[in-house]
Amino acid sequence: MHRVAITGMGTINALGADVPATFTAMREGRCGIGPLEIADVDRLSIQIGGQVKGYDEAAYFNRQKIALYDRFTQFTLLATEQALSQSGLRFSGALADHSGVVLGTSGGGLNTQDENYRAVYEGGKNRVHPFIVPKLMNNAAASHVSMEYNLRGPSFTVATACASSNHAMGQAFNMVRSGMAKVMVTGGSEAMLCFGGIKAWEGLRVMSKDACRPFSATRNGMVQGEGAGVFVFEELEHARARGADILCEVVGFAMNSDAADIVMPSKQGAARAIAGALRDAKLPKETVGYINAHGTGTAANDKTECAAVADVFGAHADQLMISSTKSMHGHLIGGTGAVELLACIMALRDGVIAPTIGYEEPDPECALDVVPNIARDASVDVVISNAFAFGGLNAVLVLRKV
Amino acid sequence: MCCDYDYITGANKLGTRRMSTQDKVIAIIAEQALLEPSDVKLEHSLADVGIDSLGLVESIFAIEEAFDVTVPFNANQPDASDFDISSIAAIIAAVDKLVAEQGK
Repeated sequence: MHRVAITGMGTINALGADVPATFTAMREGRCGIGPLEIADVDRLSIQIGGQVKGYDEAAYFNRQKIALYDRFTQFTLLATEQALSQSGLRFSGALADHSGVVLGTSGGGLNTQDENYRAVYEGGKNRVHPFIVPKLMNNAAASHVSMEYNLRGPSFTVATACASSNHAMGQAFNMVRSGMAKVMVTGGSEAMLCFGGIKAWEGLRVMSKDACRPFSATRNGMVQGEGAGVFVFEELEHARARGADILCEVVGFAMNSDAADIVMPSKQGAARAIAGALRDAKLPKETVGYINAHGTGTAANDKTECAAVADVFGAHADQLMISSTKSMHGHLIGGTGAVELLACIMALRDGVIAPTIGYEEPDPECALDVVPNIARDASVDVVISNAFAFGGLNAVLVLRKV
Repeated sequence: MCCDYDYITGANKLGTRRMSTQDKVIAIIAEQALLEPSDVKLEHSLADVGIDSLGLVESIFAIEEAFDVTVPFNANQPDASDFDISSIAAIIAAVDKLVAEQGK
């Protein structure tokens, strides 16, 4: 068994186009959610989202690349460049053969699908661009990362709705820990803010029209976001041997299934996943200082998650902090765990706990320290990141200060 | 199964007679609850007929399609909207109100 370090991180999301900008926004409790700027927004009843604004793909990619890169792939490549540049790693020879990429996404190239369905159905066109399939496929991002950086080891994509990124990072963790890979580029990406991507969510009637207010008694639903988070998971000895800056250590992971309901969360399933991740990390629950919650801002998730945390931690539940950064960057669905891992690393590295913004009124069913509205300075040694997906699939990661 | 009704046109299979709001709402609820329309009573709550939160969202969708209205309903705050779902009778009254407000 090998220890697993994180030696690089990158992102683009509604809060910023890189990690420093995102950390600053989280520290300031800034909201990245606003009016959507997309086609046919007037026909949507939900018109807000955590959109990456002012983004010009042509500033980063040439025409040939854009023909192959959906927005979710572009976000992935931008975040990967930051993460690998920070890690200082380059891949050739044996290292390339033993390094791979595992990424989460739920919708994959949904913008590409949306645009091209529009062209053939609404526009009556009978011809689409030859690269639509390689552009829209869910593994496009992982494949382009592998090609761009010569990652020739195990590479694939995980799609488990809102838990995709945590499942992906859990796989990366176990692959490095077991010795199957030296380095894994991991995380996730989502670009679902198009007419079809939002219209589908509207149908479920769980979306808020005004804001994401996790744990607040006044919460009225989730808000979608978009972007990517990418990390370099590396064998700790390998990182130390080359003198890399180790951001933190990944120490535990658990995943399980509620086997109960396709949309309603289960307290037991969530609790088993959290407890399982702590057991995997071989850490007593009292060591946990911060939980980055799944915290979607729906009535059902937030009370179920708080009940699960109270069950697992007992009296210690009142000692730890738990916040949902979805209040700021929105719910990135398949990419959300990756962007939220940044808040975990900020807590460990900088001693800053990202707040749950939009918090208005306590809910007796969410009676934990949810770090309302204002970031807090606190030294924590162990943090947890929760993800609980539609379909009852749960994935929880544990990180530790090095 | 109770498939004698066409929600969209409001016609039943016996002829072209227009169904009342009450008949249409009951047909929708009955189909969702896997009951015969005659088993759905005005005083019933959705829980009484075994409709859960997913069934409710589907029923509201069927009502929107059948009456060509938009129902203001957020599953996070089922009691906060103007659309009263406390009983079958309340739903029928709420649909009539929406049709009057939004009818074309």
